[in-house]
Amino acid sequence: MSMREITYRDALNEALHEEMARDPSVLVLGEEVALYEGAYKVTRGLLARFGERRVKDTPIAEEVIAGSAIGAAMGGLRPVAEMMTWNFAILAFDQIINHAAKIRYMFGGRVKLPLVIRGPQGGGKQLAAQHSQSVETWLAHCPGLKVVCPSSPADAKGLLVTAIRDDDPVMFLEHEILYNAKGNVPEGEIAVPFGQAAIVHQGSDVTIITYSLMTLKALKAAEELERDGIHAEVIDLRTLVPLDMEAVLASVRKTNRALVVQEGWPVCGMASEIAARIQEDAFDDLDAPVRRLTGKPVPMPYNRILEAQAVPQVPDIVAEVRRLAA
Amino acid sequence: MTIRHEERPVLTPHNLDETELLGLFRRMALLREFEERTAEQYARGRIWGFCHLYTGQEAVAVGAVSALTREDYVVTAYRDHGQAIAKGIDPKRVMAELFGKRTGTSLGRGGSMHLFDREVNFMGGYAIVGGHLPIATGLALAVQYREEDRIVATFFGDGAVAEGAFHESLNLAQLWQLPVVFVLENNLYGMGTAVERASATRDFHPRAEAYGIPGEAVDGMDVLAVREAVTRARDRALDGKGPSFLEMKTYRFRPHSMSDPGRYRTRGEVDIWRQRDPLRTFPERLIEEEVATREQIDVILGEVEEEVRECIAFAEESPHPEPADLMRFVWAADEPEGEDGP
Repeated sequence: MSMREITYRDALNEALHEEMARDPSVLVLGEEVALYEGAYKVTRGLLARFGERRVKDTPIAEEVIAGSAIGAAMGGLRPVAEMMTWNFAILAFDQIINHAAKIRYMFGGRVKLPLVIRGPQGGGKQLAAQHSQSVETWLAHCPGLKVVCPSSPADAKGLLVTAIRDDDPVMFLEHEILYNAKGNVPEGEIAVPFGQAAIVHQGSDVTIITYSLMTLKALKAAEELERDGIHAEVIDLRTLVPLDMEAVLASVRKTNRALVVQEGWPVCGMASEIAARIQEDAFDDLDAPVRRLTGKPVPMPYNRILEAQAVPQVPDIVAEVRRLAA
Repeated sequence: MTIRHEERPVLTPHNLDETELLGLFRRMALLREFEERTAEQYARGRIWGFCHLYTGQEAVAVGAVSALTREDYVVTAYRDHGQAIAKGIDPKRVMAELFGKRTGTSLGRGGSMHLFDREVNFMGGYAIVGGHLPIATGLALAVQYREEDRIVATFFGDGAVAEGAFHESLNLAQLWQLPVVFVLENNLYGMGTAVERASATRDFHPRAEAYGIPGEAVDGMDVLAVREAVTRARDRALDGKGPSFLEMKTYRFRPHSMSDPGRYRTRGEVDIWRQRDPLRTFPERLIEEEVATREQIDVILGEVEEEVRECIAFAEESPHPEPADLMRFVWAADEPEGEDGP
């Protein structure tokens, strides 16, 4: 398959264009998605190509953005609702947690909710406490939601295609820092399956399990560690629900050491969950306790020095792996 | 209040024949009997959880749904037995759901507050106040998008009007001219709090007008007035003229739920509203205007008693869900095939 290098933003945009062209039941709605072409330009060109009927600007009203996506899905459409950021989606958590996640179950499996809620999250742009959060843990905690966190342009495209085709509510968490990141993306249609982690760097000494932006940092750390003769395997989970523990356990059984890295807060985070599952299912294979490296439990500060300190950086990962491998 | 008592429609202009008028009475009588027997079953410990009875408000669900087709969607709150049965769900399956049985509308997963039946386009009872209004709005978006010949009618209580979801939904519905009828059942109390203790205004329909949506007050104790108002609102929606808002002035005779002692209102107030009980006033009118005889009314009352007895027997005899099926239906991949029910 021939490749070309495009940005994460354009990869997402391609997925939307292709799926809207393929399936007339797909529509996009959200704040600034049509005329303005998205606060982050992910919906560029959609209005011109598909028109007002399928590309809909909404008021600044997150609850009804999410709720109308749920209703539209129950009525036979495949809506993709954009949240300008996941921080704002917290206003829609009643719809997401109390409704999207539960409707199928509480109605005895009589209805499907094929909808996607997508948008950026995460820190790193000095946007301070209310614009820099990572919400994946809150979502992954709740049964009934699929949770996707792509780290590369190819996955951004392939996972968004899969999300749109999926019959469950999919929470699609892009990383704000990654929109301009470039990477190779195959030409034409790609669909990356859910629940399949990617081993993005092979190694035999330590397994680093991570996702989203932290994958890029872990890769840099792994390259640096190679120079010291420490071979870290880096696993990008790609989807948190469903979670590919098979891949994690297989790697840990090989390396006998595991570090889980996440940007968000530590308490009850994905890192805690994965660490718990590793010790439940691969305790005898471990040569050291599973380590977590997470964001600090603090609202995100504005100051750039403090902000950098609040989330894991490449040297932090390197240092953790060295300690683990020692 | 702007209830139009003086304009109370006479029976004939509704183009309803005797059978149809008696049909409205029969449905209201069925809801009343269903709820009274539900209260007994609750007291006997066969129904658990929160259970909100519809007693007193029957004219709203029956009148409104009589103006809809089977294809029209209904989305409602947690006081949902009335709309569900009026919309055409087999009351046996409603009672089975209250009993938590696998023959219930939601296979025992939902209970009283979460009835559902896609076959009759009853798209659910929801238990977060106002939370279903965005969903009703989205269903109307799907109807508009797919150019379907149907509308959405969504029911909610006066408590929901204070929620942000209500305002977001009305604004978007009008902005996009969606085919939805907002049916407010103003029974004067949000749980135990009187409207005047929770709302800056007594009437709610002017709020719809603030969004450019025509709003009107309707005598919610008069099944024909409700039917007529919903018919007009439905026609507007089908004509592409967008949403309407109907404030049904109604009253629940029983407490908020089965766990509410109801000490926040006086016996006298309840008695005054009971004078307007649609189960009393409507058959009186039918007899007065020689549409039906007392004997015909009594036959119907006997029939619905028998029907509800059968509902209870069905619910009692039905099996519980399989413990092994606890995790089913979290995901779309779990299909309900193999379960009982349709």
